[in-house]
Amino acid sequence: MDTTTAAPDTVTTVPDATTAVRAPVPYWIYPLAAAGAIFVLLPLAGMAARVNWQEFPQLVTSEASLAALGLSLRTATASTALCIVLGIPMALVLARSSFPGQQVLRSLVLLPLVLPPVVGGLALLYTFGRRGLLGGTFEAFGLEIAFSTTAVVLAQTFVALPFLVLSLEGALRTAGTRYEAAAATLGAGPSRVLRTVTLPLVLPGLVSGAVLSFARCLGEFGATLTFAGSLQGVTRTLPLEIYLQRETDADAAVALSLVLVVVAVVVVTLVHRRSGLPLAAGIR
Amino acid sequence: MSLELTARLPSRGFEADFGVADGETVAVLGPNGAGKSTLLGLISGLLRPGWGRGQLDGTVLFSAGQQQPDRWVPAHARGIGLMAQEPLLFPHLSVLANVAYGPRSRGASRAEADKTARHWLAELDASELAGRRPARLSGGQAQRVAVARALAAEPSLLLLDEPMSALDITAAPALRRLLRRVLEGRSAVLVTHEPLDALLLADRVVVMEGGRIVEQGPVREVFARPRSSFAAGMTGLNLVTGTATDTGLVDSDGVHWSGEAEAGLRPGDPAAAAFRPASVALFTDLPAGSPRNAVAATVTDLVPHGGLVSVRAGWLAAEVTPAAVSDLSLAPGERVHFVVKAAEVAIYRR
Repeated sequence: MDTTTAAPDTVTTVPDATTAVRAPVPYWIYPLAAAGAIFVLLPLAGMAARVNWQEFPQLVTSEASLAALGLSLRTATASTALCIVLGIPMALVLARSSFPGQQVLRSLVLLPLVLPPVVGGLALLYTFGRRGLLGGTFEAFGLEIAFSTTAVVLAQTFVALPFLVLSLEGALRTAGTRYEAAAATLGAGPSRVLRTVTLPLVLPGLVSGAVLSFARCLGEFGATLTFAGSLQGVTRTLPLEIYLQRETDADAAVALSLVLVVVAVVVVTLVHRRSGLPLAAGIR
Repeated sequence: MSLELTARLPSRGFEADFGVADGETVAVLGPNGAGKSTLLGLISGLLRPGWGRGQLDGTVLFSAGQQQPDRWVPAHARGIGLMAQEPLLFPHLSVLANVAYGPRSRGASRAEADKTARHWLAELDASELAGRRPARLSGGQAQRVAVARALAAEPSLLLLDEPMSALDITAAPALRRLLRRVLEGRSAVLVTHEPLDALLLADRVVVMEGGRIVEQGPVREVFARPRSSFAAGMTGLNLVTGTATDTGLVDSDGVHWSGEAEAGLRPGDPAAAAFRPASVALFTDLPAGSPRNAVAATVTDLVPHGGLVSVRAGWLAAEVTPAAVSDLSLAPGERVHFVVKAAEVAIYRR
């Protein structure tokens, strides 16, 4: 054994073993974390195991399924657009100005996050419904909102808006105001600063907020059912279709559920890719 | 362009009257928390005082608690440029777009704005950086681009908040030379805690302490005869006046000082040499064979100064450790050699 030739081999492998030392996690944390992960993943596996793969293509392409999927995608897109239009100004006001009652307002705006969606649907019904607070006003213009596709969009926007506002407000606070001040001293007025500096700087937060809102819109059930009802092609979105099918055709319900799971996984992956941040980066 | 300002911010303990004459560069010196940045915030419009009044060339910038109704011109409408301590280049824009931002904000077309931007980048020796993203610039390059961006907006008054503080010592002299060129004849306020910056770049110096202006006057006067504790704490930068030579200057006593001359200084020009007390080493016996500047002098004072000892000999000052004082048995009346390397001596036109 020639030790002089063996020694360099040993040396070259040493640098590869170098890793940064992190603050250690107690050992008992790992089994608990694993239990949590299993708790989340096991039901998905359970559902996947129940999928009738032979009839899967027919089940997800039936007329009712396609109508529900199409409606879900269209309404979720429209709701996300509405969330962006209303959410950007709300996040700006919450992050960039201070006024009495701001904390209370923030709590109220985030209410849909913790409210049972059915309650949200009832609230919308008694506001925009025919006999609601504003229903008469809309009816005078020949608009009937409740139990229409518009109602679906309103219900989804109502529950999804806080996701966008929270993400964006967090991003705005993290970005700070130093670049905006620099732009102002270069002669840029507030609108120009917003368009050319603020929004580009918080774009990752805005994108992740919008994707989260879209995902929440796709999954919306309670508020939609209460406020918009369940009319095929008009207000029966994918979650409603799944609930309905469950009574008569469990195979179809499971197949459609799998479609929603796949869409959700794609969305979550997109957010991680785009922002490089944990989902909750803006929610602090 | 001239600025007059008087303001009180009781919450920050700030109270000052301040002015800048047309074409004048004023250096604002002072320790941390003296109110220098508050002053810049008030001028630029990023801070709003509870009481005070400011006007630029007769146009009211702000007025609060005065006889007439309150007035407030927001930062973007003041035509006052501010260069912060960090360059704060917009990370999502190229260098060229950053510099063109000011002209674009004033309504210039893209082509015009780009032309202005290229002019100022060239002026600051940064043309080759035009296509880069700010993330790919060194500290010195970013600071040069930030100066170009501030100037491209054509401010009637330029505020600079410690532009050299974020730079390493090799990049600072180059930026200082560039600033000396672009600030010539321009109305500007330079906040710094580097006496050399004040000396090289400013016409007048204002010393702030505890939110108040404690001393002001022509730069050379303040440094030669400091009255405030801060100016004195800087132990008066060592200043020698005389006539420029090929390698330095000759003072009125015929002593030759070698140093780093500023570009364009010709032999025979009236010149001044400046160096920091901290750059001076003391010796009882002159070290042999060194190309450094050495002057023999009699110690007049020993003054403790922030963990160090300031050793004075007439107009000369050195800052050394207490250990050096005891090693050399320094005491008033002792004869020592004040030695300073040529590289530590800045020589510039008077």
